[in-house]
Amino acid sequence: MNAKLADRLATLVFICIAALLVIILIGLVGYLMWRGLPHLSWHFLTSPPAFSEAGGGVGPQLFNSIYVLILTMLFTVPIGVGGGIFLAEYAGNGWLTRFLRSAIEVLSSLPSIVVGLFGLLIFVQYTGWGYTILGGALALMLFNLPLMVRTSEEAIRSVPRDQKEASLALGVSHWRTITSVLLPSALPGIVTGTILTAGRAFGEAAALIFTAGMSSSRVDFTDWNPFSPLSPLNPMRSGETLAVNIWKVSSEGLVPDAREIAAGASALLVLVVLIFNLLARLLSRWLYKKMTASSV
Amino acid sequence: MSLPASRSPEVKTNASLMKFEKVRGLFGYSLTLFSVFIILLAVISIYVFVFSKGLSTFFVDKLHVWDFLSGTEWNPTRGEEAGGPIYGVFAFIYASFVVTFLSAVIAAPIGIGSAIFMTEIAPKWGRKVLQPVVELLVGIPSVVYGFTGLTLLVPFIRQYIGGLGFSLLAGVIVLSIMILPTITSIAVDTLLTVSPEIKAGSYALGATRWQTIWRLIMRASAPGFVTAVIFGMARAFGEALAVQMVIGNSKKMPESLLDPGSTITSVITMNMGNTVPGTLENNVLWSLALILLLMSTVFIFAVRLIGQRGRLMN
Repeated sequence: MNAKLADRLATLVFICIAALLVIILIGLVGYLMWRGLPHLSWHFLTSPPAFSEAGGGVGPQLFNSIYVLILTMLFTVPIGVGGGIFLAEYAGNGWLTRFLRSAIEVLSSLPSIVVGLFGLLIFVQYTGWGYTILGGALALMLFNLPLMVRTSEEAIRSVPRDQKEASLALGVSHWRTITSVLLPSALPGIVTGTILTAGRAFGEAAALIFTAGMSSSRVDFTDWNPFSPLSPLNPMRSGETLAVNIWKVSSEGLVPDAREIAAGASALLVLVVLIFNLLARLLSRWLYKKMTASSV
Repeated sequence: MSLPASRSPEVKTNASLMKFEKVRGLFGYSLTLFSVFIILLAVISIYVFVFSKGLSTFFVDKLHVWDFLSGTEWNPTRGEEAGGPIYGVFAFIYASFVVTFLSAVIAAPIGIGSAIFMTEIAPKWGRKVLQPVVELLVGIPSVVYGFTGLTLLVPFIRQYIGGLGFSLLAGVIVLSIMILPTITSIAVDTLLTVSPEIKAGSYALGATRWQTIWRLIMRASAPGFVTAVIFGMARAFGEALAVQMVIGNSKKMPESLLDPGSTITSVITMNMGNTVPGTLENNVLWSLALILLLMSTVFIFAVRLIGQRGRLMN
């Protein structure tokens, strides 16, 4: 075969492969929207699930998802940024740092179900809490820390060296340089990392099944005292999230409209992930402009 | 600087300010140290706890390691007259490896091909279009992949290919789509590191684009491609819910791709909640979790080894 023909054929093959990737995404999202969007309604989003008849919603699950997400980010962001600062500014090149980096790498590629099982052992059985939203959030924190640490470290490292050195040369202490020069400039990167982490946490189910549980305890949406047992804000109650709910009703749903509920919840989950993705892009671009006062 | 601090009040405040800054700095440093400590503690305790739970099957319950690993019969409720409960997990390990390997075989060419398209064929608009596609595919939650597999793929296989629909094949297809973005994005990163001089040299010698891709770029990027595929396999091996939803959860040894089966992760998912902690049935599940942990460690170290090799070659 002559070289030119081979070249054209190869180009065609690559175009087909790339088109396949796009088709897979469009097909997937299109299918989910087609199946799920008709079931998304205010009633679906706010009413409690039904036990045996059709027409239940995912209100409590949606609330739990958001609550677990907020708690998770409350733990993940400070610790993750702290770890990122340590690796970017304080860590040397010794064996301990290398060990730390390997540990983060290992943690980031552990299957989420292993993290869930560890959470079951520690936050459910060892502490005696049982299935709790707090336990779920802590398990998700472990699962998300590596990503947060990595994005924070990268964001801090990408701040121009001159800025740091100028600050140090003015006699500003190292820590103050970190908090008032490096962190503000690294903010766009850290925010993007935070939103992407949040998107991942919102859809995670395997780590939550054995920690936050598969049932949503009865809650009273008029009671907002976090210490009262019926309050939706009580972190010590079990709380099934939206993603866990999709899994549960698809595999063992008793209600006649289990498929429709799963379809609606899936569409909702994908929409939220899409929004998070878009938000991460827009916000980081906006912050970047604001922080650096550049017009690029 | 050399003046005694007590000479003037101004110097004194400066000294106390500096002391304050020092304390602050120390405080900040210990905060970051604390963060790092939590991460280390978490990783170490995950290994310690999963090992101690997973090994108790063999040390406390005295199950024979080889019987456990090579046995193909799994029946926790087998009666005493038949010999009591039996736990052989070979069928699950086998199914895990089969679906992981086959999904990598499907996803690798598509992922690497897309990466080449993004960097070599249409570096300008190709990346602009495909980068968000890849990011969105990564972002879609695994239960959503599972749901799509359950409602679209399983009925399709049942109707047009045969069998129950719930099968290893369904698991393979779902997993290959799930690991596709992982492979693609790592492959893109690799391709971007190929130096433009090499490419320019090749074109200057009159090589076509395909010749350049095949003879230079692919070879230079081979270690990176292997890394990409291993990362994809690690994800496939550890994926639990999406697989569990489509694979059928049969405890028997699958004989063809159209048979239902169970993977290590799906067995853990199905049974961990229904067994009592401390019983043999529960400990066996922890042993499966230990296998999972060991395999993901193997994947990570394989990636490291390849990374070092690649550096030596360059």
